[in-house]
Amino acid sequence: MKLLGPDDDRNDRVLTRKAVLSIMAGSLMTLIPVVASVPFLPPFGLLMFLGWRLFKPGALPVWAAAPLGLFDDLVSGQPLGSAALLWQICSLMLDLVDTRLVARDFWQDWLLAGGSIALCLTAGRVFASSLSAHVDTALLLQIVVSVALFPLATRLCTALAGREDE
Amino acid sequence: MAPPRNHRPGFSRRAQYTVFAGYVLAASGALVGAILLLISIIDPRAFAVFRGAVREATTPVSAGLDWAWDGVSAVPRGIGDYFGAVDENRRLRAREAATRRYLMQARSLNRENARLRTLLALRDRSASPVVAARLVNSSASSTRRYATLNAGSSQGVLRGQPVRGPDGLIGRVVETSPNTASVLLILDPESIVPVRRTRDGLSAIVAGLGNGQVEVRTAGVVNAPLLAGDVFVTSGTGGIYPPGIPVARVSRSQRDVAPARVFAEPDALDFALVERAYLQPPVPRPTPTATPSPKPAAE
Repeated sequence: MKLLGPDDDRNDRVLTRKAVLSIMAGSLMTLIPVVASVPFLPPFGLLMFLGWRLFKPGALPVWAAAPLGLFDDLVSGQPLGSAALLWQICSLMLDLVDTRLVARDFWQDWLLAGGSIALCLTAGRVFASSLSAHVDTALLLQIVVSVALFPLATRLCTALAGREDE
Repeated sequence: MAPPRNHRPGFSRRAQYTVFAGYVLAASGALVGAILLLISIIDPRAFAVFRGAVREATTPVSAGLDWAWDGVSAVPRGIGDYFGAVDENRRLRAREAATRRYLMQARSLNRENARLRTLLALRDRSASPVVAARLVNSSASSTRRYATLNAGSSQGVLRGQPVRGPDGLIGRVVETSPNTASVLLILDPESIVPVRRTRDGLSAIVAGLGNGQVEVRTAGVVNAPLLAGDVFVTSGTGGIYPPGIPVARVSRSQRDVAPARVFAEPDALDFALVERAYLQPPVPRPTPTATPSPKPAAE
C-alpha cells in the first residue's frame, strides 16, 4: 500500500482508475430522469466502493474513501460531508476487521458490506432529515434492497478488475 | 477470498512511514468530512457553488436521458393511438356535443368577468411565469427530496421562486447555477407551505413527511375537523407562493392534523413553471449611520 495509491505498476494504475471511475459512475446513477417521491434508489456509489474495498483491497488507498464520498455528496442531495465522513469510517473499520480476520469468505464479506450499508444509510438519514420525518419505512426498504444488490456490485467489480488473478 | 493485506511492511522505514501516512490522510479525510458536514447542517446553502458546478456538468446527461426515455415511452402509446383512433373519434364527438353547452356558458361568463374586472379597475398581478422547463432528475437515493430543473439563473430563475406544474404546486427553488436549479419539493420533510381550505378559507400549513405524502396542520384553530377530500390551495402568506395554487387533498378525516396527497404527483411531473415570488423579499433596512444623536444634557 503506497501513500499515493498502489504501486506504480501500470496494471495497478489501470485498476485504480477503473475503481475510481466505476464508483463515480455509481454515484451518478441519481441522474436517471425520474423525480422520486421516496428514496427508492440504492446508493450505487457506496455499493461499488464496498465491492472494490472488499474484493480488490489493493485497488484503492485507505484514504480514497473521503474524496469519493465527497463527490457522492455533491450529486446525491445529502448534506455535503456526510458520505465523505461515513465512507471513510467504513473504510477504516474494514481495515480494522482485516487485521483480525485474515481470510474472509463471501458470506462474511456480504455481512460486512451489509453492516456498512446499514450504517451509512441510517447515519446519512440522521444527518439529512430531522428525526420526526416519516422516512424510516422507505429507508428500511432501501437498506434491504441495497444489501440484496451487493453481490451484483461485487460481480461488476471482479468483471472490471479483469482476469489477471482469476 | 480476499488476499490478506500487508499491514506490517517489514523493516523498511520508508514503507512503514508510507503506511502510517496513509492512515493519517484517512483520518484527516474523515475529519474534513465531519467539519464539512457540520457546516452544511448549520448552513444548508454553504456549498451551493460546488453543487451548482457539478449540476451544470451533469444535467445535460440527465436531460438527454429524459429525452430518450420520452421517445421510447412514446412508442407503445403511438401504436395504441393508431389502433384506437376510430373508437376515440366516436367518443370525442359525443363528448364535444355534451360539452358545447358548457363552453358557451363559460365564454359568456368569461366575458362578463372581464367586464366586471375592468369596472372594478382591478389590478391583477402579472402572473407571467419566469420560465417553463423540465425537471430532469432528483435525489432518488437520499431522504431529502430535491429535483433538478433544467433552467437556471441565466434564464431568470432566482432563489425562492415557486415552481408549479399543471396540476398543482411542486416546490420552490433553493439553489441556482447558470443553467440549472435545485428545487425543494413540497414532499421534503423540511418543506412548509402556508395554505387555506377552498370551501371556507380555514388557514393551515402543508408540511412534507418524506414518505411521499404531506400533512395538513391547522394553524390557529383548535380541534378543527379536516375531512377527507378537503382541498387546500396556497394562501399567499409568507410571500413565496402566490395564492390559489392547488397543493394537496386530505386523504383521511382527522382533527387538526391529517394526512394528505399532493396534486402534482412527482412521478408524473413533466414540465414545470417557475413563477415570480409572490412578494419581493424585503429590502434590508439601512444600517444606522455612526453620526452621534444629540444626547440630552446631563443633569
